Amino acid sequence: MGTVRLQREDFDAAAEQRRLCEARLDVGAVVTFTGICRGGEGADAISAMTLEHYPGMAEDEIARHVAEAEARWDLKGVTVIHRYGRLIPGENIVLVATASAHRADAFAAAEFLMDYLKTSAPFWKNEERREGGRWVEARSEDDAAAARWQPPSRSREAAE
Amino acid sequence: MKILYFAWVRERVGKTEETVEPPAHVRTVGELVAWLAARGEEYAYAFENPKVIRAAIDRTHAKPETALGAAREIAFFPPMTGG
Repeated sequence: MGTVRLQREDFDAAAEQRRLCEARLDVGAVVTFTGICRGGEGADAISAMTLEHYPGMAEDEIARHVAEAEARWDLKGVTVIHRYGRLIPGENIVLVATASAHRADAFAAAEFLMDYLKTSAPFWKNEERREGGRWVEARSEDDAAAARWQPPSRSREAAE
Repeated sequence: MKILYFAWVRERVGKTEETVEPPAHVRTVGELVAWLAARGEEYAYAFENPKVIRAAIDRTHAKPETALGAAREIAFFPPMTGG
């Protein structure tokens, strides 16, 4: 049911939202999240960001989490688009769109999918600054955000 | 088996992929990391801190204690920063 796309090209969030609701009357809520490349400021200004990914595994990993979201919440549709390649500040990076009958399922599923994209989809960001390229380091806040979706028996292991 | 490297692990090793034949006593992901790290300076540098190395066996996340089994493709990379 879900749509997963990895692409170099930009995407149109409004068009993707329309596609989720097209010709159906059971959708009462759509949540769309768009992640955008930040520019940074002053000495920390970023001129571009390159997203490297593991082709094959990235699609599989995202599809697995879309299937998990569909099992956990009552969703009428899911679209995940993740870009790769070189992006400049202001460009779109990622889209998560979820559709459901009522808002709670769409909100929760979108947040779940974003938290997992951050920590388990095989993508790596390299930021270009005046002094050169630098790989972005994983943030412990992102691990904590993903861990809260795990069942209680597994959350302790994830925190270690 | 085929080994793939991504992000700064790829940069440090100096290649995107290679085929290796580790000895039979190398049975887990962690043992493979230790074996690779002993192959040369660039490998020692890439794997100097095994705790920050993530791995996937045949495109599924794996832990250091995961058995290699009949793995065809093993990937090593830093913690992921997508989204």
